Amino acid sequence: MIKAVIRIDLFRLFKTKDYWIPLIILGGLFFVILPVILLGSLSLIQASPMIGQIGDIIGTLPDAVQQNIKGDNPATRASYAFAVYLLAPIAIVVPLTISSAVGANSIVGEREQGTGEYLAHSPLTVREIYVAKLLASLIPGYLAGIVGFAMYSLVVNIIVGSQVGGWFFPTAGWILLVLWVIPPFIAIALSLILRLSARVRSAASAHQASSLVTLPVILMSYGVASGLLYSPVISAAVSGLVAWIIAAILLVTGSKSIKRERLLGVSAEA
Amino acid sequence: MTPAISFSSVRKTFGEITALNGVDFTAPAGSVTVLLGPNGAGKTTTVRLTTGAMIPDFGAIRVLGLDPLTDGDQVRARVGVVPPKPAFYDQISGWDNLQFAATIFGADESEARRAAEQFGIAHALSQDVGGYSTGMRTRLALARAVLHDPEVLMLDEPTAGLDPESARAVLDLITDMAGRGRTIVMCTHLLHEAEGIADQVVLLEAGEVRASGPPRALARRYMPDPIVIIDAEDRSMLRLISELDGVLAIREEGAYHITLDSADRIPDLVIELVKRGVRPTRVEPLEPTLEDLYFEMQRAHRETG
Repeated sequence: MIKAVIRIDLFRLFKTKDYWIPLIILGGLFFVILPVILLGSLSLIQASPMIGQIGDIIGTLPDAVQQNIKGDNPATRASYAFAVYLLAPIAIVVPLTISSAVGANSIVGEREQGTGEYLAHSPLTVREIYVAKLLASLIPGYLAGIVGFAMYSLVVNIIVGSQVGGWFFPTAGWILLVLWVIPPFIAIALSLILRLSARVRSAASAHQASSLVTLPVILMSYGVASGLLYSPVISAAVSGLVAWIIAAILLVTGSKSIKRERLLGVSAEA
Repeated sequence: MTPAISFSSVRKTFGEITALNGVDFTAPAGSVTVLLGPNGAGKTTTVRLTTGAMIPDFGAIRVLGLDPLTDGDQVRARVGVVPPKPAFYDQISGWDNLQFAATIFGADESEARRAAEQFGIAHALSQDVGGYSTGMRTRLALARAVLHDPEVLMLDEPTAGLDPESARAVLDLITDMAGRGRTIVMCTHLLHEAEGIADQVVLLEAGEVRASGPPRALARRYMPDPIVIIDAEDRSMLRLISELDGVLAIREEGAYHITLDSADRIPDLVIELVKRGVRPTRVEPLEPTLEDLYFEMQRAHRETG
């Protein structure tokens, strides 16, 4: 039954172009257009004060990280550093933003549309509805992240790869980040957003309230993601595990925080 | 016989508002129960409490022998609900909506298809529901509510805003399901549509049950004195009826509605009128309609406070 709810939610999203076209533009901007502009500019401007400044920034990074930066001139090293380290956290921002946007609307949207009444009268348990809504919100964001990640890989390999002796991306740290660290962060954000979505009175309020949750989670995950890329792989694996444990706790408590009455648009607090 | 639904001293409040205040009623299995009442009487809350979609503050509810509070999932799997304004996922087709319902209620596609055909909506299943008319939406809602062949069907204002043909489909569904031994509960404030199909009427007002029982029993209780409708070629001559024996009350509504102390008086009344030169054109004992009954029950409760 969870699959049925996920399927219909994704299908509805797919059929609502007004909803997903801006999200595609957002992904395209962060994963393709921005990297092309930044990395393309660095490739074209081989000698400028800016390259020197980026070189100074690279010089502040840990020795282990500096040793991993490929390139035999400052411009190439700057491009490599940008591609692997400085643009990395966008892999977190885009899927989180997309999933948050979908998740914020999930429960309150059912209520506004009146379909919450049908779900409330159905044999679906509240836990099934919660898990289905969470997964149906997580999948579009994560899928966008994976697709964006693939496109980003293509962009940076084409632009920077020829300067560093071949395709170099994704690195082990990035693969770990995308497959192991990002999903629990999205789940953490969504578990909080779904609670809000079940409590607020309108989708507009849900979107406003979700930004209060999304922003700190984005900043936190941005920091974690950046840190992990500079750390040994084992640290990233442990950090991912911790995030998964936190996500699991929030998911279990989240399903208990939603009452069936809230699907109807009424509650004891109403 | 175990009632399909029973409410015992059920109370439900929303903050300061009392939606139900000590409601007691039973819906016998295989019967058609009509919840009558104005808007805000508590009918929709009753439906929501029945399926366990809402939790009562106080009181006991049993549905098919189960407590919706603890066995809600089992109750909901055996109950079908048509809400007052049926909502669907408008971006997708009628068939996708039905298929979704079939999956969560454990029915298969052939049952969904059959239900759509039963309500004359099969031809439109490939269209997005957003383009459906009110009548089409109600037909789809009916198909969705019965595709798993529920033991209890709850219809909350099912004919509101419908064209006559779609309204007829609703009433036909009730007759059909009742004929197959299903329990039907219909909420309405439109008395004429409950006429003739109700085995039992529950009058709800301000969250309280004012009266309940089979329509005939309620008629005997609230309208014990027989009424006869009389008209004549010269209607002004009917004023003399007030002078005749056994006449308790006279109401002029075009023709005269005469309340008598006994139905046995009707032949004597006609003979006496003819003797006095009145030429009757209509003499018809009045079978009280639900509407008559409804207003009489309301009047009686106002008088008793």
